[in-house]
Amino acid sequence: MKLLDSLRFRIATLFQRSRMNAEMEEELRSHIQHRADDLERSGLPRAEAERRARVEFGGSLRVKQECQEAAGGTLVESFVQDLRFALRMLRKSPGFTVVAVVTLAMAIGANAVVFGFMDALILRPLNVPQADTLYGTEYGLDTGFQSYPNYLDLRDRNRSFDGLAAFTFAFVGMDTGENPSRASGYAASGNYFDVLRIQPYLGRFFHGSDEHGRNSAAYLVLSYVYWHSRFEDDRGVLGRVVRLNTHPFTIIGVAPPEFRGTVLFISPDFFMPIVNQEQVNGENILDARGSTHGIFETFGHLKPGVTPTQAVADLQDVGAYLEKTYPKEFAQKSFSLGHAGLTSFDRAVRAFMTGLMLLAGLILLAACANLGSLFAARAADRSREVALRLALGASRLRILRQLLTEAVLISLVGGTVGLLGSIVLLQRMSMWQPFPGAPIHVPLHPDARIYAVSLALALVSGFLFGIVPVRQVLRTDPYQIVKSGSTGRVGQRITLRELLLAVQIAICAVLVTSSMVAVRGLARSLHGNFGFETRNAMLTFTNLAMAGYSGDAVAAMQKRMIDAIETIPGVKRVGLVNNYPPLIYAAGSRVNIFKQETRDRTPSNIASIPYRFDVSPGYFEAAGTGLLAGRAFTWHDDKNVPALAVVNREFAGKLFGSVPDAIGRYFALQDGTRVQIAGVVEDGKYLSLTEDQQPAIFLASFQLPPSQSSCLVVRSPRDPQQLAPAIRNKLRELDAGLPVDISTWNTMLDVVLFPARVATVSLGVMGAMGAMLSITGIFGLAAYSVSKRLRELGIRMALGAQRKEVLHAALGRPFKLLACGSTAGLLLGILASRVLSFIVYQATPRDPLVLAGVVLAMSLLGLLATWIPAQRALSIDPMILLREQ
Amino acid sequence: MTDQAQLLPGTLDLLILRAVSLGPLHGYGVLLRIGQISGNALLIEQGALYPGLFRLVRQGVLKASWGTSENNRRAKFYELTAAGRKRLREETASWNRLATAIGSALAAQPEET
Repeated sequence: MKLLDSLRFRIATLFQRSRMNAEMEEELRSHIQHRADDLERSGLPRAEAERRARVEFGGSLRVKQECQEAAGGTLVESFVQDLRFALRMLRKSPGFTVVAVVTLAMAIGANAVVFGFMDALILRPLNVPQADTLYGTEYGLDTGFQSYPNYLDLRDRNRSFDGLAAFTFAFVGMDTGENPSRASGYAASGNYFDVLRIQPYLGRFFHGSDEHGRNSAAYLVLSYVYWHSRFEDDRGVLGRVVRLNTHPFTIIGVAPPEFRGTVLFISPDFFMPIVNQEQVNGENILDARGSTHGIFETFGHLKPGVTPTQAVADLQDVGAYLEKTYPKEFAQKSFSLGHAGLTSFDRAVRAFMTGLMLLAGLILLAACANLGSLFAARAADRSREVALRLALGASRLRILRQLLTEAVLISLVGGTVGLLGSIVLLQRMSMWQPFPGAPIHVPLHPDARIYAVSLALALVSGFLFGIVPVRQVLRTDPYQIVKSGSTGRVGQRITLRELLLAVQIAICAVLVTSSMVAVRGLARSLHGNFGFETRNAMLTFTNLAMAGYSGDAVAAMQKRMIDAIETIPGVKRVGLVNNYPPLIYAAGSRVNIFKQETRDRTPSNIASIPYRFDVSPGYFEAAGTGLLAGRAFTWHDDKNVPALAVVNREFAGKLFGSVPDAIGRYFALQDGTRVQIAGVVEDGKYLSLTEDQQPAIFLASFQLPPSQSSCLVVRSPRDPQQLAPAIRNKLRELDAGLPVDISTWNTMLDVVLFPARVATVSLGVMGAMGAMLSITGIFGLAAYSVSKRLRELGIRMALGAQRKEVLHAALGRPFKLLACGSTAGLLLGILASRVLSFIVYQATPRDPLVLAGVVLAMSLLGLLATWIPAQRALSIDPMILLREQ
Repeated sequence: MTDQAQLLPGTLDLLILRAVSLGPLHGYGVLLRIGQISGNALLIEQGALYPGLFRLVRQGVLKASWGTSENNRRAKFYELTAAGRKRLREETASWNRLATAIGSALAAQPEET
């Protein structure tokens, strides 16, 4: 009760402040009047009596202040005083203020940006209701890939999910009556939108009840963005029929604007029922149970009360059932749950974001250490002021509160500036489309959570560096300092300030090391050996299904395209690869390979699971893949000749021991086809740059059922700007209705290198920030130690010290700190870089160039930061200095 | 004035409570009353009184209200609350114990050794 009363009283006094002041004045006036009445009665004239009464009473201002304090309403007022004083002090030293604010703004800004990413990517990746119970199933290692029949069994047999939906990608040519163009979307199960629990923006969604077997539901739902850009917000679009790869589909609805599909980064243009996917993909995935990539991901909401662990056990049961029922096509791997939308790259994204958050945290820590040492230096400079105030009766608590007010003020200003900067940056990035052709998009929305986190970080860091000088103030002995002045001792003891600086330099060195490792890694990935030559190579993507080709017409048309492009002047060689060439999108589909003598082709007898590419004659020369032994395909290798393959060195070595041994040998595919090895080519990268060396086989595309989607690799030293139109014209001559995408192989590789690039850029920014922080830190300490010791240095010079000795005396310690901190940081950075190697290809810190680079960078930073203080130390004129003091 | 004693720290509150316990008083009245009941033996700074009054109001042992004084002037009158009466009893008792103890300590004769 007492507490409550006093609280109420305080709050009341807070609001009645002015009334209370007036009352207090009136009460004191009344007191003086009463006293004057008494004096008047004792015989004094009224005027004299009043004067005497006032004199007797003494300073009414002090009394009022004491009364206010006694009445308990001083907290706010003294806070306002502290604030005013802090503002005055900060204005008096603008350099200090600017450095502190900028340092914090950078650190807080970096954290806000990284947190924004983390918020968008990990904390709530998909903009759908109740996202916290939405899980994707992972099958095997890290991937959501699944076959459609397996999905159906999972959907119907599990007892944990409140509906299980699935989708895969569909890349189509969309013909709306004018100008056919490529579009990408999802082929989704009928219950897709119902499982997600979202409502259409316009029209209706398709449902499970719309599915009546293969190609039974030719409906199309557009994404809001695509509807906006392609159909210009036309509400009359509902019911319109458009052609996807020449098959008619009816537009039935538009998805809400905030829904961007269920895979991060990749926003679809449209959604279509998966039962119709054969029409657009040309390949029927609905019946192939053994396929490993029919479905990209299955996901659903867990039923209320079901834990993820229970759900995983449930899925394992279904898996056991499938294995028993379909031993040939289903190998039980472990199921797990991941965040829907991230299952395939959950781990990588998480590792990367965690790493980045860690680095951002380090930046903030370094900034705090930096500011802490600045504040400690300032407190030392102000020890005289503090001592005076203590001597005049100020309480230590009050002085500490005042110093803390200053720190928090700076942290708030810095935090605000940093936050504003990060909001601008985040908004820019959310509009950014890294690849004009690809539907890749980073969903960033600066919102209240980011503000709250930044504010909290600012306050915490404010307190962190604000309390650094506390010990100093608590130990201040006012009499000593007032007596002897603030010169202080120039002891050899390591002060807290110096320790902080060493820590900070170490952290900065970690950052610099990491960023250098990343940059080197990227440089290497760009100049690594991919197993093909991306320079002077153009990629021409076509999907003949989009122009209505099927059956034998496909192969004939592909042959004509190759021949036509080879007639273009300057073109050296043209080769074709079905779907995508290595490293582009999800190029690497894998196949099960068996030894030719294996009778029982069950999952347990698989000899190897290489990547498989179907290529035409001329592909290896066009791609620049070196042939090591045997021969490549020729135009005579058609359907009349037994099946042939070219394999990579890894495959040859794994299965047959050596390259020469492999030539002429046989292996078997899942369906039993015996394939003879015609040649061996060099190893390369197939799915990602970071993969370990993988086996790969190349089959002759013209010996296989034709694939409508293919890529022509065109090798030519001609300028891509001129070559692209030439290729386009040639193909238009062959068929004017065929959509064609042309770009250089290097451009396409940018997509593959995107994560590495993002990592490198972010690490680079972090490194630059670390470098700047260490500059300000070292500069601060060096400048401070020079200014503290001006008189001593002056005397040394007057006594004949050489420049070198003066410099040594003035800057020896900062340099020693720099050396210690950098060494520690470098070692830590090397350890930390192991984490980096998950993201950045070939990131190895044991690289002499990186080591040398870090050492060089840190020494340059040291030189830069001590330059001005050194100049100041050298320009001391002992005569002037000694006269002044 | 020179024969007036300095107040021991902490005793001002007790004196105020005692003065007010005899009837509601305004600030100046408190001073006069203390002078009266102590036989003018104690020196109280006029300015020091008010912080004490405010403190006691905040602690809830005094309550204040505006009224008119015997001189026909507006003044703020203080009176004891229930908590104030309790506090006065307790502090009076403890003061008496202290005074007795110190008095007997000072009055003690050195023992012969």
